[in-house]
Amino acid sequence: MTVTTAQHRPYPRPRDYWLIALILGVITAAEVTVTYLDFLDAAVAPMLLVMAAAKFAIVVGWFMHLRFEAPIYRRLFLIGIVAVPILFGAVLFTFGILIG
Amino acid sequence: MTGNRGLWHWLTTTDHKKIGKLYGVTALAFFVVGGVEALLIRLQLATPNGEILSADAYNQMFTMHATTMVFLVVMPAAAALTNYFLPILIGARDVAFPRLNALSYWIFLFGGLFLTLSFFVGGAPDGGWFGYAPLSTQVPEVVRMDYWALGLLVLGLASVLSSVNFITTVLTLRAPGMTLMRMPVFAWMATVVSFLLLFSLPIITIGLLQVYLDRNLGTAFFSAAGGGDPILWQHLFWLFGHPEVYVLVLPAMGIVSEVLPTFSRKPLFGRPFVIFSGIAIGFMGFGVWAHHMFTAGLGPVAEAAFALTTMFIAVPTGVKIFNWLGTIWGGSLRLKTPMLFSLGFIFLFVIGGLSGVTHSIAPADSQQHDTYYVVAHFHYVLFGGAVFGLFSGVYYWWPKVTGKLLNERIGKLHFWLMFIGMNLTFAPMHILGLNGMPRRTYRYAEGLGLDLWNLVATVGSFTIAASVAVFFWNAYRTAKRGEVAGNDPWDGRTLEWSISSPPPEHNFDVVPVVHSEDDFWHRKYTEDASGNAIPLAASAQADPGHPETIHLPSPSYYPVLSAAGIFVMVVGLVYLPWGLSVVGGGAVVTLWGLFGWSMEPLTREDHG
Amino acid sequence: MSAAVHEEHAHDPAHIRKVAMWVFLGSECLLFGTLISTFLLYRTRTGDGPTAAEIFDIPFTSISSFILLMSSLTMVLAHHSTGRKDWRQMRVWLVATALLGMTFLAGQVFEFTGFVEEGLTVTTSPFGSSFFVLTSFHGTHVAVGVLMLLVTALMSYTGRWRPDAGMDVELVGLYWHFVDIVWIVIFTVVYLLGV
Repeated sequence: MTVTTAQHRPYPRPRDYWLIALILGVITAAEVTVTYLDFLDAAVAPMLLVMAAAKFAIVVGWFMHLRFEAPIYRRLFLIGIVAVPILFGAVLFTFGILIG
Repeated sequence: MTGNRGLWHWLTTTDHKKIGKLYGVTALAFFVVGGVEALLIRLQLATPNGEILSADAYNQMFTMHATTMVFLVVMPAAAALTNYFLPILIGARDVAFPRLNALSYWIFLFGGLFLTLSFFVGGAPDGGWFGYAPLSTQVPEVVRMDYWALGLLVLGLASVLSSVNFITTVLTLRAPGMTLMRMPVFAWMATVVSFLLLFSLPIITIGLLQVYLDRNLGTAFFSAAGGGDPILWQHLFWLFGHPEVYVLVLPAMGIVSEVLPTFSRKPLFGRPFVIFSGIAIGFMGFGVWAHHMFTAGLGPVAEAAFALTTMFIAVPTGVKIFNWLGTIWGGSLRLKTPMLFSLGFIFLFVIGGLSGVTHSIAPADSQQHDTYYVVAHFHYVLFGGAVFGLFSGVYYWWPKVTGKLLNERIGKLHFWLMFIGMNLTFAPMHILGLNGMPRRTYRYAEGLGLDLWNLVATVGSFTIAASVAVFFWNAYRTAKRGEVAGNDPWDGRTLEWSISSPPPEHNFDVVPVVHSEDDFWHRKYTEDASGNAIPLAASAQADPGHPETIHLPSPSYYPVLSAAGIFVMVVGLVYLPWGLSVVGGGAVVTLWGLFGWSMEPLTREDHG
Repeated sequence: MSAAVHEEHAHDPAHIRKVAMWVFLGSECLLFGTLISTFLLYRTRTGDGPTAAEIFDIPFTSISSFILLMSSLTMVLAHHSTGRKDWRQMRVWLVATALLGMTFLAGQVFEFTGFVEEGLTVTTSPFGSSFFVLTSFHGTHVAVGVLMLLVTALMSYTGRWRPDAGMDVELVGLYWHFVDIVWIVIFTVVYLLGV
């Protein structure tokens, strides 16, 4: 961590990172479990998407430090992340495929 | 110590101004190549049942004319001006990553050479610049479309790397006091273009990869027989292809936004609106792509949606036009050559924009699609628009780059010949198209009513060629005995006119502190009660700025080496499986280049 | 972006390189987005070949996904070590990350050879084509990441190590985490939602 890079909130400590990894592991286990629970039926897809999104956000926010650093990094990344579902949602829609 | 001349100096330069010159010269060379391809097309079509080109040769001509003009002329010409002037306009000494900048150029050059190579080894790409599948994915034994797919992949890489560089430069290296809103409009448009490329090129990268795999590995991405869908290619191509046309025209719009105020002696009217319109065009440019697919069977919902978004995108463009007119209105106009080209841009781009709006009406487009009406539309916006805008920039900035002014009389001759030639060539195509002349067919029969206007168009194309010859004559003559320009020949408004012509290698002796938009203008002039410009005394113009020791990035041969490795790799990829060893060799060279680069400090003489 | 924030970061090389990395990652989102969307379009087009439900081994892939996820932990711990200038710790965590990455790749190779034996290849069907191209593209990114991790660890032994080493590790880390989050999406969308 360089002295010159300004921080906007204090970074997590190692034990926080271990805790986050544990949480990620738990969510992954939940995802896999949900796949095998047939009674959930059509609710499986949205649940999985939410869990994947949570893992995604946790890694991006904490491991990649986006929560703790200059807003410009967040904004640059968000453009890409937001563009994908919009653009490809439209493409897949024209093929008659509704996602999620 | 390396000298200032010689091949090695140019091969290893990391100076954004030299790299800009490299792009410029290369773009001009390819302009001639693409122009010759166009002239051959026009010769073939001058008369019915023409016999100048065979059908096969014709296919190569129209494919390469478009590919050359889009990827090897207009984009690099904009890159030339952006490379040279973006750092200076924002008060910086260079871009964020000078060696990466050099890499982009060399990858581009090798990409262009790679595409050109195809002519000499069995034929150039012949499936259209848009490479529609399955035409582009069949006949893998003929490698032309492999050259196309791999060539575009290489060129795309160069552009993405440039985009990362320019965006980072704009976000981090602006001079003190230069807020984003005080940045010149050309710098803003270059930034929007970089974002457009950043997000559109990855999409076509995957598409091109899929084309290559369909051709060489037998995958089924676009093969209906294999269960794939050719329409997917169209989506992927146009998701890139439409933002690409704004990539082509926004730099020209940026130039016009600099030239008009300078030659009207008035600030840009509605400057924030011009900037926000550029951003809006960037965003909305991603929302209209399927208007290229109105005849592909998307269905009424999709077609209606894209018709609407296409109509809407005319709005920010219109905002710009009105602001440009507002700039000229009441201004003290000097009709020098740069100004003529910018005024020509407005006139011609509006015509092209209007035909574009007619395309947005999906049912009308069904008749226009694949006819010469479309050819008319895009040449008005790309030639009348982008090319005229770029020439405006060339005449405007030539004195800054070379220290000499291009001759005015010859410049005006160039302008009028090009203007007349352009209209002679492309105006009749509206008529030809609505009368049913289809695109991409190498000849037409007699008695269809197409003869006269095709002949007129051919005459027009040779007029354009003559105008280009006039330009080269002007450039040559200026090099021999041109008028010395001085720092500020146009009484300019932006920072580049505050330094010498040509600029010193470090750009600014002292990094300027910026207090407003058009900062340089405000250092020269203040305004009286009625808004007239009053020159300030010289002492009032001096600004202490920020003195500091100047470290310039050292030259490096790793960029050109890495790019050469990439060239070798793609040649190998065309000729699989025996080419695999060539790919390996190329990869070694590239990795050596990248590794050496990572070990090399940016500035050789490093004092703390 | 406010003028104040700009001034505090202006010309700071660490910030400049981080901006460039995030710009690049924004672009990579589109790259993988395109591949994933192609897969979504083609996932039911299995022709005569096996379907997702028939061929995927969810327990196996879950384990390799977990391994990749944990490599993000070791990565961020490596970066944290640079903050304390504990180069030895940093090397340990960098190598650990690389090893986890290589384990993941080994798992991929094992999985793919299994699929090929069971009749799913890159040319079998659009499902096969899009699956293999997507996962191979991701795998190549992982391999490049492993290479960068090992090179960074090695470079820390030589005299070439620069004072801003923390930034190099941070940049490699950002890339590595990105590759991990792409897999988070792929694991859910391709594997879990496929069966």
